[in-house]
Amino acid sequence: MTNQSPERAGIEVEGLAREFKNGPRAVDGIDLRVRPGEIYGFLGPNGAGKSTTVLMLTTLLPPTAGTARVAGFDIVREGGEVRGAIGAALQEAALDPLLSGREHMRLQTALHGLPKAERGERAGELLDRVGLSEAADRRVGGYSGGMKRRLDLALALAHRPRILFLDEPTTGLDIQSRTALWDEVAGLAREGVTVFLTTQYLEEADALADRVGIIDHGRIVAEGTPGELKAEIGRPTVEAVPREAADAERVAEALRPFGERCDPTRRGGISVRLEGGESQLADVVRALDAAGIAVEQLQLHAPSLDDVFLAKTGRSLEGAGEEPGSEEMEAAGAPGAKREPL
Amino acid sequence: MRGGGLRTQVGQLARRSVLRTLRQPGQIVPALIFPLFLLAVNSGGLKDATSLPGFPTDSYLTFALAVPFMQGALFSVMNAGTDLARDIETGFLNRLALTPLRGAALLSGLLAGAVVLGFAQAATYLAVGLIAGAQLAAGAGGALVIVALAVTTTVAFGTLGLFAALRAGNGEAVQSLFPVFFVFLFISSMALPLDLIQTQWFHDVASANPVSYLLQAYRSLLIEGWELGELALGFAIAVAIGALGMWAAAGALKTRLVRT
Amino acid sequence: MTREVSQVAYAVAWRSIRVFAGNPQFIVPALAFPLFFFTAFAGGLSAIGNAPGFDFPSGYTAFQFVFVLLQSAAFGGVFTGFGIAREFESGFARRYLLAARDRRGIVLGYALAALARALLTWTVLTVVALIAGMQVGGDGVELVGLFGLAVLVNLTATMWAAGVAMRVRSIQGGPLMQFPVFLILFLAPVYMPLNLLSGWIHAVASVNPVTALLESGRGFISGDPTLVLAAFAIALALPLLFAFWACGGLRRAEAAG
Repeated sequence: MTNQSPERAGIEVEGLAREFKNGPRAVDGIDLRVRPGEIYGFLGPNGAGKSTTVLMLTTLLPPTAGTARVAGFDIVREGGEVRGAIGAALQEAALDPLLSGREHMRLQTALHGLPKAERGERAGELLDRVGLSEAADRRVGGYSGGMKRRLDLALALAHRPRILFLDEPTTGLDIQSRTALWDEVAGLAREGVTVFLTTQYLEEADALADRVGIIDHGRIVAEGTPGELKAEIGRPTVEAVPREAADAERVAEALRPFGERCDPTRRGGISVRLEGGESQLADVVRALDAAGIAVEQLQLHAPSLDDVFLAKTGRSLEGAGEEPGSEEMEAAGAPGAKREPL
Repeated sequence: MRGGGLRTQVGQLARRSVLRTLRQPGQIVPALIFPLFLLAVNSGGLKDATSLPGFPTDSYLTFALAVPFMQGALFSVMNAGTDLARDIETGFLNRLALTPLRGAALLSGLLAGAVVLGFAQAATYLAVGLIAGAQLAAGAGGALVIVALAVTTTVAFGTLGLFAALRAGNGEAVQSLFPVFFVFLFISSMALPLDLIQTQWFHDVASANPVSYLLQAYRSLLIEGWELGELALGFAIAVAIGALGMWAAAGALKTRLVRT
Repeated sequence: MTREVSQVAYAVAWRSIRVFAGNPQFIVPALAFPLFFFTAFAGGLSAIGNAPGFDFPSGYTAFQFVFVLLQSAAFGGVFTGFGIAREFESGFARRYLLAARDRRGIVLGYALAALARALLTWTVLTVVALIAGMQVGGDGVELVGLFGLAVLVNLTATMWAAGVAMRVRSIQGGPLMQFPVFLILFLAPVYMPLNLLSGWIHAVASVNPVTALLESGRGFISGDPTLVLAAFAIALALPLLFAFWACGGLRRAEAAG
């Protein structure tokens, strides 16, 4: 898919900040590195600074401090080169309801300078890839939300970018559409496209991202692979609820080799932190069986990214953050917002 | 990959602008029907104005036929501005900003729809007016010049709509311009020639209003024939409005499209 | 009127008036447009008063004042309809439907608010017209008759627009509210009296009910009442007719939830 050298398909950010006149410091000095070919998940609640970061990295909003290089080009001094190397599907699907899918593709490929002879073929290839061939000649005003998102993705890929920015691409989609989009994104990464994906959905970051950066109030509070982040805040626990309450101590004895005992659960179960991780679950089952203990319930509690967020910020990610369409959208230069220069 | 050349960019955006105009009957039909309705009402209701001493023609219809062309230009402000405002509100402008698109190409391309609408309006008003009995002293050549002036005026006013959209970023602000331009249209020589306007302040404002001279340019072709001075003044005003509007729109685009 | 209806009407009217009074974007056009039309017609077309056969006793300014008065009454009602449509579109009107014990009060409340706004407009318009030198030949009773006609026109237009607004429940219905009113106003003797019109416009204006209202209003302001019975018969019948239309719209809105 991409035909440029791998080292020119990464993102390097140092001290990037965006402050608005009389307004919030939407991005407060972030450092991050995205390796070529990686899917980087940028996770945070509404109002955290995700969209503002994306707008800066895609050259649509100048930073007020810090530097960033996208595909090897400086986002401030070499904006044109950056735009040539990236594709972006921003938070709004940004389509013209009066044009058809194919007309959108024609416009996009032409504006990016594809030779006339190639445009039709490229349009057809991408529309086919995202499953819109049959709807290609219908006006976008009649597309479903999922179809619009897919078209948005196809448009972002029109000029074979090395780096793809996806700003909350599955917000508002049903599960089927969301899964289809995940598959597509994963496929792009396998082809060598670097993906910078912002999301407020834990499972999306978990499912897709090679590495995750968690942002809150404009700062990165944690960064790493999903596994590393979860391991940072603790090992998984296993909870065993015996059928007979009197067997509780026998359960505790059987589980002692696996790790430290935790506080008793509300259901009267025994909870143990698995030092060896989730892979010990099979051994736990064998141990209980060998001890002849009848178990009512056996549950594995693995830390989630929400637990990571909670540990770092004192708040749960789900339900955190302001209403969408509020300060971050305005501050991030969402369509219709007048950007005041400093 | 380098972007398409300027010609390609203008061409593609012009194509889009034309398609959008043609696919919105709600923009085209009122722009054709409403001015013709007012022409019918005004030429019927003010017929006796021709008996005022000094009225330049016996046919109020001929006199009033100039007005729909200006009303059409007003619709151009709204249509061009509303379309661009919608692009801003939906984020489509951001999509375009991520391509190598040049600002000049964007503005020029957006006006292509105005050209098509201007042409359709001019042809319709002229045809209906002539069928209804209006005169055209300048003949067939004059008809072509009327269409050319109408297209020029429509595009010129379209640039003002683009400026409004880029400055405000939303459709409501563009719509709120309608009364402003309406005032410009009314406080002019719309209903009576300048020298027959008796109310002094009204006469003074109408004399300073460029719309009066645009109307006079049309009337020179309809009533008098080839009055090159009045015609040249009308074209010059239209071009000046267009140049000013384009300059203002380009400035507003720079603020709206803050790309690094 | 039952107590429930009047309580609801008062609450709706009070809120509508508050919203209007607190928003310059509503007040300014409500005042500016009629003044502008008055200026353009009475000022720009004053020479029409010299046309042969034009012998209106109070002069062209007063002649146009009556048209602009009735036009502002009509469009005041239409703009009230816009407000109703906006409230239904935003969902706010559902609060009224839920809270009102007698929902007819909602329609009445909107009508009262429209009238209040119109009274402000007419006050400003009349003052400006008098300052501009408008001659008033009518006495107090005749002027009450003139403004009485305006009240009834305002009520008619409000009922019409309310009916459309509650059926469409979206500001997209704006043109549907506005265009017929515009049409019927301008197919009346706007610039010249009926007897000086000719051709198709005379034929249409002769059967246009607004013509009787205009002619009667102009008779009142010049002190020469004319077509009074016909005008008031029309002016009383129309709001009643359109009140049924509005109530029908209310039922549609209720059914839609």
